[in-house]
Amino acid sequence: MTASYRNITRNGLWDNNVVLSQNLALCPTLAVTSTATNGLGMGLATTAVLVFTGLFISALRRVIVPEVRIPVFVLIIATVVTVVDMGMNAWLHDLHKVLGLFIPLIVTNCAILGRAEAFASRNTPLPAAIDGLMMGLGFTLALVILGAVREILGSGTLFANASLLLGRLFDFMELTLIPDYRGFLLVVLPPGGFLALGFLLAGKRILDRKLQERSRSTQPVIVSGSTARA
Amino acid sequence: MATETEPAYRKRLGYQAGLLGGFALLCTALLLVGNIATHAVIDRRLEEDLQSSLARVIPAQLHDNNLLEGSLAVADRQGTPVRVYRGTRNGQVSALAFRITGQGYSGEIDLILGLDSDGRILGVRVLSHSETPGLGDRIEDTKSDWILGFNGLSLENTPAEQWHVKKDGGRIDQFSGATITPRAVVKAIHEGLEFFQRHRGELLAMSQTGENPRAKEP
Repeated sequence: MTASYRNITRNGLWDNNVVLSQNLALCPTLAVTSTATNGLGMGLATTAVLVFTGLFISALRRVIVPEVRIPVFVLIIATVVTVVDMGMNAWLHDLHKVLGLFIPLIVTNCAILGRAEAFASRNTPLPAAIDGLMMGLGFTLALVILGAVREILGSGTLFANASLLLGRLFDFMELTLIPDYRGFLLVVLPPGGFLALGFLLAGKRILDRKLQERSRSTQPVIVSGSTARA
Repeated sequence: MATETEPAYRKRLGYQAGLLGGFALLCTALLLVGNIATHAVIDRRLEEDLQSSLARVIPAQLHDNNLLEGSLAVADRQGTPVRVYRGTRNGQVSALAFRITGQGYSGEIDLILGLDSDGRILGVRVLSHSETPGLGDRIEDTKSDWILGFNGLSLENTPAEQWHVKKDGGRIDQFSGATITPRAVVKAIHEGLEFFQRHRGELLAMSQTGENPRAKEP
């Protein structure tokens, strides 16, 4: 049942993206993405949780019996989230002040229990950890895009306060794209999150359809000899 | 998950209960380790936070002590203790700061109020709030200068009936689009000043607390 790493990566980042395809974890997605930096921080924290829960659950999958698997998964997830929360409070304190409220809520992120149930409990530790990493990165990607759109439209900046998350070296990421911008409040508020997410989901569908059409139309070319390029 | 050759013991209730208990124990142990590893660092960060917010309302030239030392806990009207941090210069209390809370439009607004020994406001800053971004958040000093307008006010130079926003007949500006938020802030500050007035003697007395062991925020 082990999937190839290539497939896992593709699934996590695009085909089966937590937000864009599975439409899971929308609560944290909409709540934290008022800026791209917040999206990045939340995404990375969730990624860490996904990797470790994947690792633990798949390592223990032969011990855990199906009858009690859900409480055991929840216990493991809650523990990992709490440890991540404490670690962020200690070593990424400024970011924790911004995201603090949402970190414990990662426990209720259905995507994590979903991956534990659907993938980690049926695969060996390494693929499970890779799956967690890719799902997490896919989630991060969606959050950063959504955060960037909302931040640019809402406040005219991009990656504001990124140095809080990544250190002083990343000051250059903090851009003011529209100087003296008065801000567009709606986009920063929750309705803006829903609107932006709607456009994002639609955009992905359109892109997927375009890609599909193109691969269909290029198929004859592949058949007619240029297999090396395919 | 459930393979064809499942051993019989796994079906037993005892195994399942033991499994759950074992995991609970394991997770507790992990949390304990995590807590031990981060506890000291988190405490230090919180102390830094407190120090930096105190520094925003008590100018450095007003005191020559560590503001975290020699703090007092004084019960307010509801009986909840308020931790008051005091700046001293040459052994005299020159400034104090404490936390005040207002009931805003969407939850509590936490502020820190700094006063000099005459009860004049040195500065007020918002520590945390959940007001509407773009409307109520103009109470933050990064978004507008509104909060700086309180500097220098006291119960002496501003009588009680003027401690309201202009809409309510007072002298404090409100800002367009939000009335509840500034009203809450004004009320909290006014109550903070009254708290100082009620406990003035106690708060300015140095004798019994001069050598107070380092007190931390509970």
